[in-house]
Amino acid sequence: MTVDLLIDWLNTIGDFPVLAFILAVVISGIPLFLVMALNAMVAVYVERKVSAFMMDRIGPMGQGPGLHAGKWGLLQTVADAVKLLVKEDTVPESSDKVLFKMAPFIIFIGAFMGLAAVPFSQTLQVVDFNVGVFYIIAVGSIGVIGIVMAGWASNNKWSLYGAMRSAAQIISYEIPAGLSIIIPIMMAGTMNLQELIHFQSGSVWGILPNWIIFNNPFSFIAFFIFFISAIAETNRTPFDIPEAESELVAGWMTEYSGFRWAIFFLSEYANMLIVSGLAVAGFLGGWQSPIPGLFDSGAWGLFWFMGKVASLIFIMMWFRWTFPRLRVDQLMHVCWKVFIPIAMLNIFGVGIWKLIFG
Amino acid sequence: MADFTFWIVVGLTLGSAFMVVQSKNLLYSAYALLFSFMGVTGLYVFLWADFIAVVQVVVYVGGILILIIFGIMLTNKITSVNISHTSVQKGIGTLAVLGIATLLAYMVFSTPWIELANVEQEETTASIGRLLMMDYLLPFEAASLLLLGALIGATTLSRKED
Repeated sequence: MTVDLLIDWLNTIGDFPVLAFILAVVISGIPLFLVMALNAMVAVYVERKVSAFMMDRIGPMGQGPGLHAGKWGLLQTVADAVKLLVKEDTVPESSDKVLFKMAPFIIFIGAFMGLAAVPFSQTLQVVDFNVGVFYIIAVGSIGVIGIVMAGWASNNKWSLYGAMRSAAQIISYEIPAGLSIIIPIMMAGTMNLQELIHFQSGSVWGILPNWIIFNNPFSFIAFFIFFISAIAETNRTPFDIPEAESELVAGWMTEYSGFRWAIFFLSEYANMLIVSGLAVAGFLGGWQSPIPGLFDSGAWGLFWFMGKVASLIFIMMWFRWTFPRLRVDQLMHVCWKVFIPIAMLNIFGVGIWKLIFG
Repeated sequence: MADFTFWIVVGLTLGSAFMVVQSKNLLYSAYALLFSFMGVTGLYVFLWADFIAVVQVVVYVGGILILIIFGIMLTNKITSVNISHTSVQKGIGTLAVLGIATLLAYMVFSTPWIELANVEQEETTASIGRLLMMDYLLPFEAASLLLLGALIGATTLSRKED
């Protein structure tokens, strides 16, 4: 269900093109926002629980449905959200007020635009266009502007350092991520996300699904480079020096509170969803079933896609509580001297592979 | 519908471009440039140049604008710099502006524009790639060589000799 279809359908009802356009955008935008909010709520709860179990704790147990104590703290995130909404909204006296208030929205717009192209299933995708992969990578850079804006406007050393680190890190890791996502594009010969997923149907070697990750050794390596770079782009541990608590308090988010901070949080988790979605669509067969032909139709597409995305997000959380933080120089070393050469070799290798075998 | 969104995009582009010129704060100008760039992206979309539109976001928003903002932030005491908005040589300036405006208006109204009605939207990515790799391979390679030279030069200049 794309926006275009919705506009066409609305135009059959009455002849108000402007109204139909606005309605179609709103109708497809609201579910996206709900996806963002729901994703953040579930992910925060899971993150708390996963971290607790990995540290041999039990995690939040207080809030939940029921009279007292509740069940496994199921409503913990609801309580968190209410707390964030009723918190005082502080704006520092010496901050640049206009930019300070604008920054969360710029970051939010970046995440929201990216989400619009994520192929949730065969039919559930707001915009299905022919440069989808490139588009998702491109709108990711709008978020960087927002981060730099927030860091500068806060007028705070921690914020500024966090923003600078964040921007440097995201810009650097965009290169290996971009070079790796070229490989699915080379294999399938398209940048359209749906066509890319259709290319990955069927099976290879009898048992494995014909996903691009299993297609050849180079694409196998490329998936891992892409995924690790994606973690770095979302500023998560082990690449979280932009908001390293022990040195920068909270990085570029230090001065924010209440609803503005909640918007940062929403966008951050939405970005995790977007990069995982791109990895799933590009390498892991998108909404295709892992067993070719089994449960491969209709709503199962949504199930498989979200299942794969959830597994990748779980792996990101797993990383967070397993690996120590990288130093700035190690971070740059990994990006420029390890990932980029391997990613370039990968492109070369896939080109030759395609010439010989395909 | 297309008209309606087109004018919004044009308003965004021109309005924020005006902000870039008028703002007294250098950083505000840089951020206003963001909206101007996004407006230009919209204009490319209206021209059905899908690939160029996305490249516009990647190169101008993700690259050049961040570079500009970094430049501003890394400059010492940038906030105390007073950007002058007073005009000098008003007479000659007005004359030049009016001259260029008349020339452009004459050009716009006298050109026989070809109006294409109901053209099917074509994907441009594949043809751009084919043209770059076949017909325009030499300019493409020359441009990449130039960029490589610039990169190496920048690294050499910024490196501290020990």
